[in-house]
Amino acid sequence: MATTEFVHAHQFDDNEQQLDAASLGMWVFLLTEIMFFGGLFCGYTLYRAEYLPSFEAGSRLLDVSFGATNTAVLLASSLTMALAVRAAQMRQRRALMTFVVLTMILGLAFLGIKFFLEWVPDWHEGVVPGLHWAPSVEVVQHVARHTGAVLPKVEMFYLFYFFMTGMHALHMVVGVGIMTYLLLKARTGAFTCGHFAPVEISGLYWHFVDIIWIFLFPLLYLIGGRY
Amino acid sequence: MSAHVVPVKTYATIFLCLLALTALTTGVAFIDLGPLNTVAALAIAVAKMLLVALFFMHLRDSPRLTKVVVVAGLFWLALLISLTLADNLTRHWTAGPTGWENTPTQTRQ
Repeated sequence: MATTEFVHAHQFDDNEQQLDAASLGMWVFLLTEIMFFGGLFCGYTLYRAEYLPSFEAGSRLLDVSFGATNTAVLLASSLTMALAVRAAQMRQRRALMTFVVLTMILGLAFLGIKFFLEWVPDWHEGVVPGLHWAPSVEVVQHVARHTGAVLPKVEMFYLFYFFMTGMHALHMVVGVGIMTYLLLKARTGAFTCGHFAPVEISGLYWHFVDIIWIFLFPLLYLIGGRY
Repeated sequence: MSAHVVPVKTYATIFLCLLALTALTTGVAFIDLGPLNTVAALAIAVAKMLLVALFFMHLRDSPRLTKVVVVAGLFWLALLISLTLADNLTRHWTAGPTGWENTPTQTRQ
């Protein structure tokens, strides 16, 4: 693609300085995201310490196989994202577009598994606090077996579960939107003329959302005493 | 991050390590280690975070300023959680007011 060679904006010394400034700016935004998700993680920790048996019982109601599969899907999408950035650095337009599309597909696969295989069945089991809280007999018996009480604060676990995974999924949706933008602009060769900073910082966002899931997976699915 | 191009092999290796750690953390969850289960889960999650941040997010090749900013963010998170827990987990250490519903005569021994 015969796009004109990228020249840095005039306030920068060179292209690399502009790229470093863009990356730093994205990292500062990601710090505000750490503050946002940090509040949720902190709240989760507090309530888990307060109602440990209930949180463990709630955790055991989740299906580890979906959680583990989704972790793998998201890690794969991070790999394709990293390769997309690499393609932009190497000025390979076709490869860049291919990897952006792959990242989008994997992101949508994650959302599909989350929504259709986890949230929809959750709704039918009546374990959605506030909107549809009418747990089935199996759920009540399961919780009673592990905590010796009838649904003590399991609602609290599910509240954190839906809010944290929901907020994460919302970030994924935004991420897919960013990928769409990247794809449209990449077609014109805008990122393969030496100006790959937009791909790089979109990648930072995508990997950050991946890191959030890396923590959500063990906290929600794994540390419920499944042995 | 600089314009440094990382070989595909590095990315592939990191990805395989991440998958292996995912399998490991899932497997460990089914073995009874007592309180160590939580420690193991979090330690593996931190290891995965470091791999993603250092290699996929190019933090390894970033200027020192960027690294300092990231560490500051994590330090803030540590402050948030540790100071909150320092309050909440130590409340029962001393006899004192336990809540608005109890009168002082009931709580002070």
